[in-house]
Amino acid sequence: MNDKLYKILLFAAALIMPIVCGGVVYALVTDAYDAFEHFGFFKFLTSSEWSYTEGAEQYGALPFITGTLMTTLLALIFCIPFSFPVALFVGEYFKGTKVAAVLSTVTDLLAGIPSIIYGLWGFYTLRPIIMALNISPQGSGVLTASLVLAIMIIPYAASLSAEFIKMVPNDLKEGAYSLGATRAEVIRKIVFPVAGSGIFSSYILAIGRALGETMTVTMLIGNTNNIPDSITSTGNSMASIIANQFGEADDLRLSSLIAIGLILFLITAAINMVGKIMIKRARIS
Amino acid sequence: MESVKPILEFKKTCVSYTKQTMAVKYVSAAIERNTITAIMGPSGCGKSTLLRAVNLMHNLYPNIRVDGEILLNGEDILAMEPIDVRRRVGMVFQRPAPFPTMSIYDNVLSGFALNGIKLSKAEKDATVERCLKSVALWDEVKDVLNKKGTFLSGGQQQRLCIARALAMKPDVLLMDEPTSALDPIATKHIEELLLELQKEVTILIVTHNMGQAKRISSKSMFMYLGELVEYGDTETMFNNPVDERTNAYLTGKMG
Amino acid sequence: MTTFKIKNRLVQDRLMLWGVCLLAAFTAVPLLAILGEVLLRGYDQLSWSFFTEPTPTAYKAMKAIGAGKPIPGGIANGIVGTMIMLGMAVVVAVPVGILCGAFLAENSKSRFAQVVSYLTDLLQGTPSVIIGIITYIWVVVPMKGYSAIAGSVALCIMMLPLIVRSTEETLKILPASLKEAGLALGGNRARVMMKVQLPAAFGGIFTGVLLAISRVIGETAPLMFTALGCSLVRFSIDKPISAVPLLIWEFFNDPNLQELIWGASLFLLLFVLTLNLTAKYLAKKWNQ
Repeated sequence: MNDKLYKILLFAAALIMPIVCGGVVYALVTDAYDAFEHFGFFKFLTSSEWSYTEGAEQYGALPFITGTLMTTLLALIFCIPFSFPVALFVGEYFKGTKVAAVLSTVTDLLAGIPSIIYGLWGFYTLRPIIMALNISPQGSGVLTASLVLAIMIIPYAASLSAEFIKMVPNDLKEGAYSLGATRAEVIRKIVFPVAGSGIFSSYILAIGRALGETMTVTMLIGNTNNIPDSITSTGNSMASIIANQFGEADDLRLSSLIAIGLILFLITAAINMVGKIMIKRARIS
Repeated sequence: MESVKPILEFKKTCVSYTKQTMAVKYVSAAIERNTITAIMGPSGCGKSTLLRAVNLMHNLYPNIRVDGEILLNGEDILAMEPIDVRRRVGMVFQRPAPFPTMSIYDNVLSGFALNGIKLSKAEKDATVERCLKSVALWDEVKDVLNKKGTFLSGGQQQRLCIARALAMKPDVLLMDEPTSALDPIATKHIEELLLELQKEVTILIVTHNMGQAKRISSKSMFMYLGELVEYGDTETMFNNPVDERTNAYLTGKMG
Repeated sequence: MTTFKIKNRLVQDRLMLWGVCLLAAFTAVPLLAILGEVLLRGYDQLSWSFFTEPTPTAYKAMKAIGAGKPIPGGIANGIVGTMIMLGMAVVVAVPVGILCGAFLAENSKSRFAQVVSYLTDLLQGTPSVIIGIITYIWVVVPMKGYSAIAGSVALCIMMLPLIVRSTEETLKILPASLKEAGLALGGNRARVMMKVQLPAAFGGIFTGVLLAISRVIGETAPLMFTALGCSLVRFSIDKPISAVPLLIWEFFNDPNLQELIWGASLFLLLFVLTLNLTAKYLAKKWNQ
C-alpha cells in the first residue's frame, strides 16, 4: 500500500465521525420538526400536557425536563458524600497502595454493572425499603430513581476527581506540611483549591452521565406524565418517557418523543462539552 | 567550648527506608544558635534525608523510620507532635513552590491559615511587610500583593517561600538545596539574604555547591554513604580536612 | 491554650481520616448487595437447559406455575441474539475505529482531527436511548421492520468512540522512536503502521475492544427500538431478534416470567464483570 492510499484510508475512516454525528443531528431535527411545528418550539418546551386522546393530542416536554433535572440534581447531591471520600482515599490518603487498588476495582465494577441490573436491584431491594420507611406509598418515584442513579455515577465522579487529586504536586503538599499543617488542613486548604477545577469538571461529566441514564430511571421513577410536585412523587425523565412510549407511538407522538430526544441530546452535548473543555484546561494548568 | 547550649542536636540519628538499608547512620552533631551550617556530600549520601528528618517529613511516608534522637532546645522532636515541630522548624525546598491558588500576600500568611490561626488585619499587614522586607522582596512586590505568586521569577518565588517560612518565626530554618533551581544572580541574592537572616534564625542548608558552602556557612558537615564523616568550622574543613574522603570530595576527586 | 488547639486540630484530622475511610468503604455496600442479590436469587436457575432453550411463552409459564413446577425454558434466544448483533457490531466497529484512532494519533494537530476528536467525545457522551432513536430512524424505518441488523448498528455506533479513543491513546503513548526507526529502515508510513505501530499497540487496543464490548453488551434501551426481541432462537439478521438484556426487560414486565429474571441477570452480570476485570488485568499487565 502506498502512502497516498494509506492517507486516504485513514481519512475515510475518520470521516465516519462527522457523518454519524451529522446524521444524528439531521435525523433528530427532521423527525422532531413535526412536533415543533405543530406546538411551537417554545410552547413544546413549556407545556406540561401529555395526552394522546385522538383528535385532541397535546404534547409538552416540561414534565420530563423537570423530571430529568430533578433526578440528576438529587443523584448529584446523594453521590457527593461518597464519591468525594472515594476520590480522597484513592488519590491522597492511600495513593498507590493495595487498599486503594481494591477500592478502585470496587468502583470499576460498579461502573460495569449494566443499568438494567441497577434497575432490578432498585426495584426489588430499594423500593421495598422506601415503602417500609413510609417515605412514599408506592416506593417508586424521583427519590428512588435518584438514589440508584447516585450509586451509578459515583465511579465516574470519583475516579476522575481522584486523578486530579493525585496530580497536586508533592512540592505544594510538603510545603504546607512544613508550615505545620495537619493532613486535613493540607487537603482543605491546598489540595482542594489546587485540584478544584478538575474536581468540578469531573462532576460535570458525572451529570452528563446521569442526564441520559435510561433503564434504571424507567424502572424506578414511577412513569407518570406529570411534573413531580415533591421528591417522593412519581414522574418521568426525558429518557424514561422515550423508553416507555417510543415502541407504541406514531405520528405526532413519535415526533414529540424524538423532539424530547433532541432536547436531551442537546443538553447532554452541552454539558459534556463544558466538562471536557474544563478538564482540558485543568490538565494544562 | 560547650558554653552555649545548642539549639539543635543530633544524637545517633538514623534514618532507614527499608529494614536493610540505612540512608543516615548514627549521626551525632550539635548545631549552634544563629549560625549557618552547610551539609555537603555526594548525591545519595543522606544529606537531604537528614535535613528532612528534622522537620519530621518522614512521617508523611509510612515506610521511613527514624531512630536515635533529634533535640530541639533540649526536647526530642521525634517524640513531639509533627505539626508542633514543623511550626518551630521552617523548611525551604529545592524547587520554589508558592501556593498557586493564593496571592503573594496570602502566601506569606499561609502558615497561619493552614494552622487555623486568625490574625487581625493590622497584624497581617505587619507580618507580610516584615517578612517580605527580610527577604528583600518588599520593594519588588508591594504593589502587586494581591497577584498570584506564580507570576514571580524563580528567585522571587524562592524568596517568597523563605518569607512564608519566616512568618511562623521558626527557631530553625532548613533549606534543601534552595538555589539549585535558580540562576547565578538569583542565587547570589539568596546567599546575601541568608547571611542577613542568620541574626534571626539558625539555618541548616543542604548544598551540593562547595563554593556556596564556603561563602555563607560558618560550620560544615560532610556526609558520605549515610555517615557524618566530618563536622567543624567551614574554613578549617576546606583548608585542612581531617578525613581522606572529605579531602577527596572537596578536591573534586569524588562526587 | 496552644496545646489545646493542637489537640483540637489533631482530633479534626483523625475524624476526617476515619470519615473518609468509612464513607469510601460504604461504596462497596451497593456492589456487594447487587452481586449478592443476583447471585442468591439466580444461581439455582442456571442449568444446562437454561442456556440451550428459548424463552417459554407466557402460557407455558403460567401452566408451570399453576402446576407448582419451575418455569421451563431459558435464554438461548437472547444469548444467540446478543452474540449475532455483537459479532456484526465488532466486525465493523473494530477496523473502522482503529483506522479512525490511527488518523487521530497521526494528525493530532490538524483542524479536521480536532473536530473528529471532539465529535468522538460527543458521540461517546450521547445517551444510549438516543442512539436507539437514531438507529430506528436510519435502519428500522427504511427497512420497514425491526431486525438484528438494526440492533447491531446501534451497538456499533456505541462501540465506535470507545475503540477510537483507546486506539488513539495507545498509539500516542508509543515511543516516537518506534515509528522513526521503522521509517528509517525504509518502510512507508502504511507499512510502519501495520507492521510496527499497530502490533506494538495491540495490547491497549485489545483491552479497549474488550471494555467496549463489556460496555455495550448490557445495553437495553437502544435495542428496544431496533432489535425488538423475539422468543425464538433465530439466526436471520433481517428479522427481530432477542438479546439477554432485552429478555431481562421482558421478564421484568411479564408477571408470569419473573422467575427467570435472576438467572438471566446473573449470567449477564458475570459475563460483563468478568470481561471488565479481564480487560483491566490485561491492561495492567501490558503496561508493565
